[in-house]
Amino acid sequence: MTTETIDGAPGSAPRKSGSPASDAARWKWRRSEGGVLNAFSHVFLAVWALMVGLPLLWALWSSFKSSGDILSHPLSLPTHLHFENWSHAWTKANMGQYFINTIIVVGFSTVGTMLFGSMAAYVLARFEFPGNRLIYFLFVGGMAFPVVMVLVPLFFVTTNLGIINTLPGLILVYIAYSLPFTVFFMTSFFRTLPTSVAEAALVDGASHTRTFFQIMVPMAKPGIISIGIFNVLGQWNQYLLPLVLNQGDTNKWVLTQGLADLAVQQGYQGDWGGLFAGLSIAMLPVLAVYIVFQRQVQAGLTAGALK
Amino acid sequence: MRHGKYRFIIGFLAIPLALYGVLVISPFVQDFQISLTDWTGLTPDKHYIGFDNYRKIIHNHLFWQSLWHNILLLLIVPVVTLALGLFFAFMLNVGGRRKGSASVAGVRGSGAYKIIFFFPQVLSVAVIAILWQQIYNPDPEEGVLNVVLHGIGLGSQAQSWLGDPKLALACIMAVMVWANVGFYVVLFSAGMSSIPTEIYEASLLDGANRTTTFFRVTLPLLSDTVATGWVYMGIIAMDAFAYVQLMSVNNGGPNEKTDVVPLLLFKTAFRDNSQYGLAAAMGVAMLIVTLVFAVLTLRLSRRERIEF
Repeated sequence: MTTETIDGAPGSAPRKSGSPASDAARWKWRRSEGGVLNAFSHVFLAVWALMVGLPLLWALWSSFKSSGDILSHPLSLPTHLHFENWSHAWTKANMGQYFINTIIVVGFSTVGTMLFGSMAAYVLARFEFPGNRLIYFLFVGGMAFPVVMVLVPLFFVTTNLGIINTLPGLILVYIAYSLPFTVFFMTSFFRTLPTSVAEAALVDGASHTRTFFQIMVPMAKPGIISIGIFNVLGQWNQYLLPLVLNQGDTNKWVLTQGLADLAVQQGYQGDWGGLFAGLSIAMLPVLAVYIVFQRQVQAGLTAGALK
Repeated sequence: MRHGKYRFIIGFLAIPLALYGVLVISPFVQDFQISLTDWTGLTPDKHYIGFDNYRKIIHNHLFWQSLWHNILLLLIVPVVTLALGLFFAFMLNVGGRRKGSASVAGVRGSGAYKIIFFFPQVLSVAVIAILWQQIYNPDPEEGVLNVVLHGIGLGSQAQSWLGDPKLALACIMAVMVWANVGFYVVLFSAGMSSIPTEIYEASLLDGANRTTTFFRVTLPLLSDTVATGWVYMGIIAMDAFAYVQLMSVNNGGPNEKTDVVPLLLFKTAFRDNSQYGLAAAMGVAMLIVTLVFAVLTLRLSRRERIEF
């Protein structure tokens, strides 16, 4: 509020103050309230920013310290840079292999999720047919129940299909469990798109399939990108599913499994530098991607809650 | 044309539905079936034993204790997370010094704050849990948190954190709050910025201070978003598997004081003699608790939508 607004609309003020002096006093009080609040806001915001940022920075700088140094001076900055922590983590602790496995799994499963999710969503959003509602609710209902609940039967379904402890198996499971949210979001997204362009394409003789891939998918790009980011992060960070469905060959592990194991192993071996290097290897790529695409990432992750 | 339409529909739905049916719906249905058997995985065949597994669960002290921990998480973590999220979002959007004719302004650098607050949201729970496990290191000279407390003169508060049966669950809750606040700051900021500034101006003009404005204007207008956030946080609190499994001493320790139902289910199925039937019954119990929570939330949050 400024003096202008008070002067400009004296009639709308609830209590008309008689003298200009009291007006000025009120204005001054308000301004000081604003100032106090502003300082107060900055203190709280800065404290929380430090609480979030410092642990992450601490993990990063610890990854350059020797293990002895980490234990005896946990807070000090590295005296000289122990890059060998990183190479140990990458090769000996197999983080390099886990990193590549994670990229393969997340790459295929995100593409698969977006392809199959959009296909199903498009049909459900745009075509009338018996069973449409039922199929929609079958998909959307999947958002409500906890994945932990089905661990036991899922373990046996994947065993019987012969896809347990394989990367393709993990990819298929990730796709299946990402479909509810993807179908939910993309269905409402396709409903918001105009129908006229697709109709024109059909009149011009394009098949439904061609219309979908050449007209509708490009039009739905913003939605696909948002939910794509959502799925990439969700699948990159998945821990429970690989823990149960991919426990076999350690060469097929993903990053989160490798990290959990590293945390236990380093407890015995005392290679704390390696652990922090491993943490940094898992942390830095996603943080880098996030900082570059922060607007899209924030929009993508909050998209579901705002719908 | 009609023929082509149905062929197209079937063609597009076949793969997603098949994947979903085989990997999501069929396990879901089988869970009920397995929960009625004595299957242990050690024997090839299973026998139907009616509701015996459910009876076992009802008489299992550990199950109730784990469920109680989940309920504690469900009550405390969402409240604290959403309150902090709202508080910071309000500070970011309305806490700024007013400039020019704008009556409501965000603080300077609100974009940077949002970027930093959101960091934990893009990290894996595995990374977060392991990082905090290191911070909570109980050693007075090696544990970061203890060293920091000594440094600021609160050395007497140094603890064994995750090793203390009374404190361990609270420590895990603190990390869950830490990890999720940023998401709600961004979510609520988006909600708040869509509230027209005229509404704020009107309330300030009517003599309302910031606190009143927050509780009487901002909060009611955001109630839909807060309710959604509540459901999201509730799902995270009901799970909590990765946090507890990775941070706690001995998978749910010390003395099972941090055990939660998902972790108990995991241990029952894949660690302790593979009691699949019992674990499946726990899964059904979890589903019931989750549904009760969802219905209650929707009931409590139902109110008239305010359009603006």
